[in-house]
Amino acid sequence: MSEVASSTAPPASLSAPAKKTRLRTVIGEGPITRWILGGIAIVFLALMLIAPLLVVFVEAFSRGIGVYFQALAMPDTMAALQLTLLVAVIAVPANLVFGVACAWLIAKFDFKFKSFLLTLIDLPFAVSPVVSGLVFVLLFGANSALGPWLEENNIRILFAVPGIVIATIFITFPFIARELIPLMQQQGTSEEEASVSLGASGWRTFFLVTLPNVKWGLLYGVLLCNARAMGEFGAVSVVSGHIRGVTNTLPLHIQILYDDNKAAAAFAVASLLAALALVTLAVKSVLEARFAGELAAQRRH
Amino acid sequence: MTAAAPDGAQTFRWRRRSVLPGFGLSLGYTVAYLSLVVLIPLAGLGIKSAQLGWTDFWRLATDARVMAALKLSFGAKLLAAIVNTVFGVLVAWVLVRYRFPGRRWLDAAVDLPFALPTAVAGIALATLYAPNGPFGIFLESVFHVKVGFTATGVVMALIFVGLPFVVRTVQPVLEEIDRETEEVSATLGAGRWRTVTRVIMPGMLPAILTGFALSFARGVGEYGSVIFIANNLPFQSEIAPLLIVIKLEEHNYAGATAIAAVMLVISFAMLFVINLLQAWSRRYFGHV
Repeated sequence: MSEVASSTAPPASLSAPAKKTRLRTVIGEGPITRWILGGIAIVFLALMLIAPLLVVFVEAFSRGIGVYFQALAMPDTMAALQLTLLVAVIAVPANLVFGVACAWLIAKFDFKFKSFLLTLIDLPFAVSPVVSGLVFVLLFGANSALGPWLEENNIRILFAVPGIVIATIFITFPFIARELIPLMQQQGTSEEEASVSLGASGWRTFFLVTLPNVKWGLLYGVLLCNARAMGEFGAVSVVSGHIRGVTNTLPLHIQILYDDNKAAAAFAVASLLAALALVTLAVKSVLEARFAGELAAQRRH
Repeated sequence: MTAAAPDGAQTFRWRRRSVLPGFGLSLGYTVAYLSLVVLIPLAGLGIKSAQLGWTDFWRLATDARVMAALKLSFGAKLLAAIVNTVFGVLVAWVLVRYRFPGRRWLDAAVDLPFALPTAVAGIALATLYAPNGPFGIFLESVFHVKVGFTATGVVMALIFVGLPFVVRTVQPVLEEIDRETEEVSATLGAGRWRTVTRVIMPGMLPAILTGFALSFARGVGEYGSVIFIANNLPFQSEIAPLLIVIKLEEHNYAGATAIAAVMLVISFAMLFVINLLQAWSRRYFGHV
């Protein structure tokens, strides 16, 4: 940067010849401004982002390690953990298959109404979590069109595991598709066309050509989708019915413990999810640093 | 591509020819899954609110308590989005332009609100800003401001949730700005402040506005992180999503549907505005 500055900044160097050994760059703030701006940014992030994270772990261990592990070993906590894992294990692959199919469709073909389809895929991002839950209550609830039929056939969706899974799928619906579409659009269709014209079948082309090209982007999408699936609170809270040990996911369990004035236990459970968030961020940073070229150029969620 | 096709003279074709297989399968699967998971459920909400009838809907949606909740949601969001825009641009600037130890860590930490489940963030913020929490005690004794369990708490939670949107929208644009224009501006005699406000900022404006809108839109429906820090008193610190939950618990499905429909319309309007902003920015600035 200083080479550039020295060649294009005659006023600075002419007016003060040989005074400084280090050339002052004309593009950039003075050291004092830098310190002030940098300081404000760091303090702001520390207070707004880092402090809430720290407080989770501090509070979790505030009553000692014994209470911490006791809270985690409670049968209700274990049940919540199992349910959370089960929900993620169903919701993430479901959206993974959709994401791949949808990205293939949008990135490899040209057809009408494509941008309209893209807008529809984004819809769940625009809907409030609570409204997403409400939508399923209206669809499957006792006084809905489907309600009586479900009751007759003894199918429980609302206030049971299927409802939680469906609400989670809705909330995490766009994550993987959103990650893959720009990436596959960037990569174009020439490699697949070459593969097909050399005689490979569609599936073979997909597994041997397309999939290796998008694997890191896919992993990135799965990571974000999983983090949201495990952490979703609003939508799941509306459809779950909060039956302890049965329809409580980890985030709901945190709320129940917290409202019961068992703050240390609530934070102990919260520390599990906070740890998951940290792992997610770490893997995400590694992917961004190592495989930047193999991820979509722009990522916003 | 179409020109190469032998029957390129056809008048209307709703898709371009391609040698790649799987169009029918992927289209069918995408549309079916999209309809089942997203469109039919959302349509259900639409039908349900249509069944209410206009007068009932209007009465439920403009109920004083609902209006108070919507007003709080909006006011808090607006404040939070403004704070986020100011500090988000600052943070993006520092992360892009300055080099200091720990920068990568700080950069990664910006995404924390995306990754941290809202319930976890909620109880953490509630503990920090509670009257007996570390931040709560400090703010109360120094500034005489009560944050925890008030409407101010709602703003704090929304700032936490919305910050990454601004930083992550502004950051890539700032990285791509051509620094030569800054040099030109400086060599033509503009001071640093003038260069920043007159040369750099106009180019970043669409990104900043988009970040503001995204952060604002996220606040519309935020629930998990807010309910713990607000004490959820009607007319004071009760947000619209919470009111939906309360109405549902009272089995007042009509009331819940009306509020949800209003919120949905607001979110879709926001989505539309964001899309317009991005289209505008692409057209005039060549980036999003």
